[in-house]
Amino acid sequence: MDPVLDIQRLSIRYAGAPAPAVRDVSFTLGRERLGIVGESGSGKSTVGRAIMRLLDTAEITADRMQFEEVDLLNAPERKMLDVRGKRMSMILQDPKFSLNPIQRCGHQIAEAYRTHVRCSKSEARARAIAMLEQVHIRDPERVYDLYPHEVSGGMGQRVMIAMMLLTDPDLVIADEPTSALDVTVRLQVLRILDGLVRDKGIGLIMISHDLNLVRAFCDRVLIMYAGRVVEALDARDLDNAQHPYSRGLLAAQPRIGGTREPLPVLARQDSWLEPLEAQA
Amino acid sequence: MKPIIIDRLSISFGPIRVLHDVSFDVTAGECFGLVGESGSGKSTILRCASMLTDIWDGTVRIGEHDVRKMPVAERCRTVQMVFQDPYGSLHPRHSIRTALDEGLRINGFDDREARLAQAMRDVGLPVEFLDRYPHQLSGGQRQRVAIARALILEPDVLFLDEPTSALDVSVQAEVLNLLVRLQQEKGFTYLMVSHDLAVVDHMCDRFAIMQHGRIVEVLDRDAITGGGATQPYAKQLIDASLEYERAI
Ligand SMILES: Nc1ncnc2c1ncn2[C@@H]1O[C@H](COP(=O)(O)OP(=O)(O)OP(=O)(O)O)[C@@H](O)[C@H]1O
Ligand SMILES: Nc1ncnc2c1ncn2[C@@H]1O[C@H](COP(=O)(O)OP(=O)(O)OP(=O)(O)O)[C@@H](O)[C@H]1O
Ligand SMILES: [Mg+2]
Ligand SMILES: [Mg+2]
Repeated sequence: MDPVLDIQRLSIRYAGAPAPAVRDVSFTLGRERLGIVGESGSGKSTVGRAIMRLLDTAEITADRMQFEEVDLLNAPERKMLDVRGKRMSMILQDPKFSLNPIQRCGHQIAEAYRTHVRCSKSEARARAIAMLEQVHIRDPERVYDLYPHEVSGGMGQRVMIAMMLLTDPDLVIADEPTSALDVTVRLQVLRILDGLVRDKGIGLIMISHDLNLVRAFCDRVLIMYAGRVVEALDARDLDNAQHPYSRGLLAAQPRIGGTREPLPVLARQDSWLEPLEAQA
Repeated sequence: MKPIIIDRLSISFGPIRVLHDVSFDVTAGECFGLVGESGSGKSTILRCASMLTDIWDGTVRIGEHDVRKMPVAERCRTVQMVFQDPYGSLHPRHSIRTALDEGLRINGFDDREARLAQAMRDVGLPVEFLDRYPHQLSGGQRQRVAIARALILEPDVLFLDEPTSALDVSVQAEVLNLLVRLQQEKGFTYLMVSHDLAVVDHMCDRFAIMQHGRIVEVLDRDAITGGGATQPYAKQLIDASLEYERAI
């Protein structure tokens, strides 16, 4: 089957920045769950935003950036309006910032639905409430009427997920979608995302700092460091990652029942900028 | 070193009661964890105790003083908070320098430039980032600015709302090590919300488990691996976390 997404040698430089935030990132995505982990500031969200074409002022170069039949490098914005939010969706990292602060959460979900599907207001409201319920929000009728500053961190994340679920995308980029959820609700939400991959055959990119989640939930993982993909491997082999940054990352994870000694930290080295093949 | 004493804290929003008579004590110099269901009221406890809202009932004492009676300036030097949602807590049009310097200036600190640089280094950010704006930082970098802003005022008590959930585990390790070091050197008292029991186990002496606006149980750290929980929800949460760590 053709890949959902094909990215070759993507580099991104923010306007005025001295150095690119992303360099030579290549990967393809099929109807699977691809995890992206890596250092804070390594460019994970930037890659996601570039795919969604949300970076208007940054300088973007790539050999290829293809989403199904859409050439993301050259497609006019008119075309992107048709694609973004409908065929590809991103769950943003800062839910409360991404929501409109002066509109009720439920109203925003309902309106997002109505931009994609022609229906009455009451139908949209019913769909939005059903979605809040599906993401395991207790008391969805009450939460529908709350403003973004009135919902908890984890409720905000689930509002974002509910918004995405109302559309019928082929590609979902989830940027830290479950970091504010307790473990039980987190598993329930992951099951929903999993269902989209299995039943609807979407491609899912899961940006996460949660190594346990990525190891168990994803099919493959990219590990990013300083704007580059330094290692790519099957998720179940995550613990055998070889790149020195990856090794350092795995070692820094606290464990239940651990020693309480200071956690190992990275002694970052310039040579880490080389991807694994170049290390040896 | 200052203890925190929370006694029968309750709050309602409209007809909805969000906290029901929440009481617990945090010993001076202790790190105390708050864990529990999403929406159970953890952030609300921190917001009440730091007087971001004052429509609650009950009492909160920090050291000798009732937080309601503390003058604002004193409260600022006594308690600082790191918010769950760093974007919302940083002014979008203020540079990082402005955000960090504000508290120093208001509270009459000397050597401000040196303190700004040290605060950035403490959280592992390049000093040049002082001249950036929040939208020019990654999610984890913003979170580290929020931590730096709280630490720079050297408060006695820190309320930390998911301080490291936006950080990769390597930066998390640096921040947690820093928090432990400051606790040892300066005797900070921490009240820390987290969904990650491995972090709670690493950092906290004791922790409370919450559900539906109530404290279900207060446990010692050892209860996580030792099976010390007695309440059904507490057991369920701990079992789910152990399971999650093994393989979701
Ligand atoms: N608008 C901008 N202008 C200049 N630099 C930016 C801008 N946005 C992000 N950056 C920088 O680009 C780099 C990559 O940021 P990005 O948000 O992609 O990181 P990330 O991997 O998602 O990190 P995190 O895990 O902390 O969210 C960071 O160093 C950040 O400071
Ligand atoms: N200003 C407000 N108006 C109405 N309801 C509110 C307000 N602030 C908080 N709530 C409600 O209080 C409850 C507890 O919220 P809180 O943010 O304390 O949860 P939490 O335990 O921190 O959850 P999470 O782990 O998801 O961050 C939620 O149901 C929320 O909707
Ligand atoms: Mg990010
Ligand atoms: Mg919260």
